[in-house]
Amino acid sequence: MSKVVVAMSGGVDSSVAAVLLKEQGYEVTGMMLRLWSEPGKEESNRCCTPDSMAMARRVAAKLDIPFYVVDAKEIFRDTVVQYFLDGYAAGGTPNPCLVCNQQIRWSFLLEHALALGADFMATGHYVRRQTREDGKHELLRAIDPSKDQSYVLHVLNQAKLAHALFPIGEYPKTEIRVIAESLNLTVHKRPDSQDLCFLAGEDYRNFLQRNAAEILIPGVIVTKTGEAIGQHTGLANYTIGQRKGLGVSSAVPLYVLGKNAVTNTLIIGESDQLGSTELTAEDVNWMAGKGPKDSFRAQVKVRYTARLAWAQVTPIEGGRQARVRFEAPQRDVTKGQAAVFYDGDLLIGGGIIA
Amino acid sequence: MTHIYLDYAATTPTDSRVLDAMMPFFETSFGNPSSVHRYGQQAEAAVEQARETVAQALNCRPKEVIFTSCGSESDNLALRGAAQAIKGETGRKKILTSRAEHDAVTQTAKQLAAHYGFTLGWLPVDEFGVVTPDAVKELISDEVAIVSVMYSNNEIGTINPIEEIAQVCHEAGAVLHTDAVQAAGYLPIENDILDADLISLGGHKIYGPKGIGALYVREGTPILPNLTGGGQEFGIRAGTSNVPYIVGFGEALRLTVEERAERNEHVRPLRDNIIETILEEIPDSKLTGHPENRVSNHASFVFKDVDGNLLLQLLDSAGFACSSGSACKTGNPEPSEVIIALGLSPEWALGSLRVTLGRRSRPDYVAAFLDTLPTMVDRARSLMK
Repeated sequence: MSKVVVAMSGGVDSSVAAVLLKEQGYEVTGMMLRLWSEPGKEESNRCCTPDSMAMARRVAAKLDIPFYVVDAKEIFRDTVVQYFLDGYAAGGTPNPCLVCNQQIRWSFLLEHALALGADFMATGHYVRRQTREDGKHELLRAIDPSKDQSYVLHVLNQAKLAHALFPIGEYPKTEIRVIAESLNLTVHKRPDSQDLCFLAGEDYRNFLQRNAAEILIPGVIVTKTGEAIGQHTGLANYTIGQRKGLGVSSAVPLYVLGKNAVTNTLIIGESDQLGSTELTAEDVNWMAGKGPKDSFRAQVKVRYTARLAWAQVTPIEGGRQARVRFEAPQRDVTKGQAAVFYDGDLLIGGGIIA
Repeated sequence: MTHIYLDYAATTPTDSRVLDAMMPFFETSFGNPSSVHRYGQQAEAAVEQARETVAQALNCRPKEVIFTSCGSESDNLALRGAAQAIKGETGRKKILTSRAEHDAVTQTAKQLAAHYGFTLGWLPVDEFGVVTPDAVKELISDEVAIVSVMYSNNEIGTINPIEEIAQVCHEAGAVLHTDAVQAAGYLPIENDILDADLISLGGHKIYGPKGIGALYVREGTPILPNLTGGGQEFGIRAGTSNVPYIVGFGEALRLTVEERAERNEHVRPLRDNIIETILEEIPDSKLTGHPENRVSNHASFVFKDVDGNLLLQLLDSAGFACSSGSACKTGNPEPSEVIIALGLSPEWALGSLRVTLGRRSRPDYVAAFLDTLPTMVDRARSLMK
């Protein structure tokens, strides 16, 4: 019997993942990561409050599977939180979930799972894995497109995919809820959220203020033509496309168009100036291990919540980077977020927007 | 997969003979011992019979035995009850204890100091975790109301010289409490040997049920109840007597005294084999606690650069149930106070492992464990890198 470790959170998705794997005949063990929280905010960390831990433990008891909590506080602080702070310091809008999936869930926890003798590790992500005849593993968008989470998993490589199972990606969300209810699993009915776990439900700006106040250097707000029209409170406090809270009075709505980290200026303008037709993605990961040599047409997602957009993708620098040229301008192209490439449902790869 | 239990210091399975003795008092003889009628008399007789049994084990008078809900309650009653009564009578307001004590003692002592006007003196322990009579002599004074030193340590197995410590306390007019919850299964607890004024006992460490304990209170020791109410337990511990559990505790202690020598002989060679093999085969391993003066079912170690919690998970997955001083189900490991009190550095202190044996332990179980452990320690070490 194959052994699988399920990364459990106490929520519906990972709980049902454990249920499905048990039904499929796997020997299932539950594991939960104890992640870093700001001192004093342990109760509100979205991923591992004492409450969600108790939930996960209850689900594990109900399924009669062993359950262990693994301490990842230090490594999470050193990798994920540091990446978050560094990304803002560099003038970007980082996506720490990518680093968490790459270095915490699918490295640190996977190593623990394998050390316990597991053949596989599973998470409650909405995504599908399939294995081709030549043995290569592929990730496909979830059956339920509204729940698809393949975006944050473009960081996985073949070695990790070989151990990965994603049982719930094969089901629509409504069915997952029905399964949870039919088994009478008492799980968190917390709303779906994209908030970062360690922000403890707060705005990221408060977190930066407390933990990296030194990167918040006030500077000048300029128009695209370089005209100074106001003061900003630190580039990290703004996101591309942001309209509210700019502190500049104008007859027409103004938006953040870009940031210049070198001159510490925030560039704003009207909505018709928003949008980019191209981007460069760095640190590109190709799911198949090696990327295509030639330019190809693909659908590209520039944020977790962005729509798929048609583009021409050209690998450069031996595939370590990619030029992406959109067929129509995209509003939300933001340095530090990922650009992820799809061929239909198939995840081809992705990289970080430079 | 068969699971092998090596955590008898955490708890023991209830002996079927104990369970048999308890059963009639749930449904048949269910009376309240405080009642006048025959139902009550029957229940009262059972409670008093159990008290008699416990008194025999302690070599004391039945009226010196107070039933409580567990070992922790016994510790609380001893410390809070005696410390406050003594302070009221004599004005003495200092408590002496060590950092190697069970939390039930240290946390209670800390609270008494923080909120109830007591001062706290910490008795040092030596490298084996022993509180020496000399250490007590250093800190004792006519200010000291109560000294609390455990009989044997739950984490590291070390046995303390209670009788000699009692002498030091009594010469200074202080009362001595000893937590004998871990020791009772394997060491003599007759009070002409221990000479303590207060002794805590618990049911589930000696093949009795959970949720029952007792406190020996030497006649004449000042003590105030923690639980006030009806006059049960000579007015020292109110609450309707937990008749079936009291009966179970009495039976468990009776069997323990009767079979103690046999139980010691069963576990000692297995334990010696564990200590010898581990120290020999696992690099960077140390025994914690005293090499000789330790409870016969108890082996405890630290491994350098190992996360003790992770080691427990690996062992559990491989089918072995052990414990660790830093054991923590919430993934928030802190080295235990006891291990730190031994003076171990951080790279050792988090890597503790406790292996404790009992009646169902067998040589082949121990052999299987010793076969597996070195691999698991290696694995835990490689995950730390």
